[in-house]
Amino acid sequence: MLLNTYTDSIDFQAFTGWIHGVLSGALPAWGVTLVECVLIGLGLLLGYALIALALIYIERKVCAFFQCRLGPNRVGPYGTVQSVADMIKMLIKELISIDHIDRFLFNLAPFIVIISSVLAFGCLPFAKNFQVLDYNVGIFFLMAVSSIGIVGILLAGWSSNNKYSLIGAMRSGAQMISYELSIGLSIMTMVVLAGTMQISEIVERQADGWFLFTGHVPAVIAFLIYLVAGTAETNRGPFDLPEADSELTAGYHTEYSGMHFGFFYLAEYLNLFIVAGIATTLFLGGWMPLHVAGWDSFNAVMDYIPSIVWFLAKVGFVIFVIMWFKWTFPRLRIDQLLRLEWKYLLPLNLVNLMLMVIVVVFGLHF
Amino acid sequence: MNGFKKYMTSFFSGLLSLLKGMKVTIRVFFRKKTTEQYPENRDTLKMFDRFRGQLVMPHNENNEHKCVACGICQMNCPNGSIRVVSETVTDEEGKKKKVLTRYEYDLGSCLYCQLCVRSCPHGAIEFDTKFEHAVFTREKLVRRLNREGSTLVKK
Repeated sequence: MLLNTYTDSIDFQAFTGWIHGVLSGALPAWGVTLVECVLIGLGLLLGYALIALALIYIERKVCAFFQCRLGPNRVGPYGTVQSVADMIKMLIKELISIDHIDRFLFNLAPFIVIISSVLAFGCLPFAKNFQVLDYNVGIFFLMAVSSIGIVGILLAGWSSNNKYSLIGAMRSGAQMISYELSIGLSIMTMVVLAGTMQISEIVERQADGWFLFTGHVPAVIAFLIYLVAGTAETNRGPFDLPEADSELTAGYHTEYSGMHFGFFYLAEYLNLFIVAGIATTLFLGGWMPLHVAGWDSFNAVMDYIPSIVWFLAKVGFVIFVIMWFKWTFPRLRIDQLLRLEWKYLLPLNLVNLMLMVIVVVFGLHF
Repeated sequence: MNGFKKYMTSFFSGLLSLLKGMKVTIRVFFRKKTTEQYPENRDTLKMFDRFRGQLVMPHNENNEHKCVACGICQMNCPNGSIRVVSETVTDEEGKKKKVLTRYEYDLGSCLYCQLCVRSCPHGAIEFDTKFEHAVFTREKLVRRLNREGSTLVKK
């Protein structure tokens, strides 16, 4: 068997340890904690914004390529500065105040959505020793905080005092609560295989082979279910009923303008990243490099690639697949959506969970 | 049992059809893009042959055209964009003949219906694919299609 001898070519622990050492020399213990919290918060928000900008650009390019177009290509080389320009436009736009709305909830809603998505973002293991929140019930925490986003969407729809927004929000509620089951069960299947809920520990256990391969049949089924449910969870096509541009103008965020709309937009793209990140962590080995037993030189070459590159590349792959879904399949009706979840995915998921338990109990996995 | 069978077949046929769709889109993804980056590709841009850009009267190398000044195109033009000016001359054998002096075409009121080209009995006019027609005054859109000193092609 392979040994976990992977040493990252970018050592994040040395970097964070160095910061800690410098701060400890200059400040009292509470000051160190405070400054580190602020630094981590800033780092998270910066990463959040940058990833969202990159994703918006990637989405527009991928969408264009699927439609035989070129996509943004005027602002900057290959249009790379396009989403930065869009962000600046969004930041300087007016926040239009609307009559007859529940002002407090209306202003609160985008923040709930973005807080939930930032919290989930913090749980992702970006690289070796490079993770902000790592509890022993990490997966549990992740699912809990990512579900808070629904509250924000429902509030946004309700407080807007607009029928399109309300319909969009209610659809979104029905959809997200339904697909939360599938996400939860497929994650639970993988937790059964991993034997732990701690995210860093889950990644460590994939050092000798990604769960998608070691868990063979039930893991592959769980991966497929997770992809479908994750697409539904992020309100992306073909499950984009909450927004349904052609029917509801924009769904729950119709009445929002300026940066409040920007928050929903950011959260939507970051949720895509988070769903892909969880898929990577649970099924594709997180930041672990690809190792094939016996191919020692191949494994050595793979080890040279830094872990953050591995993580981002796998996430990029999953994101591409989800975008591929979006630009291939037509939008489902609400009854089709719920039928898919309750009559197909849920029974399949339960059977799959049983199968995984059998595989683990009898040691049938690799 | 029948219901169960239907459930299973619908599940797998649905999955198969989704995969088929994804196969189609990934092919389009890698296909050559159809977008024309217009001002940059002006040199290499080629419009398709059937595109109706503007009416022209082809002349051969001896500065001869095929127009006999019959005026059918002018009669057929729904917008009155064509004006055929002709004069009657008497040739050496004493025959009277109509000769084209000026063929005026107003691009500004042209419908691009191609009725003039279709009705022309001699194939004297046709549409070419040039499309950059912007000018500053309306008068510049009125063009003379027959060249200076051109004559009817000899049979």
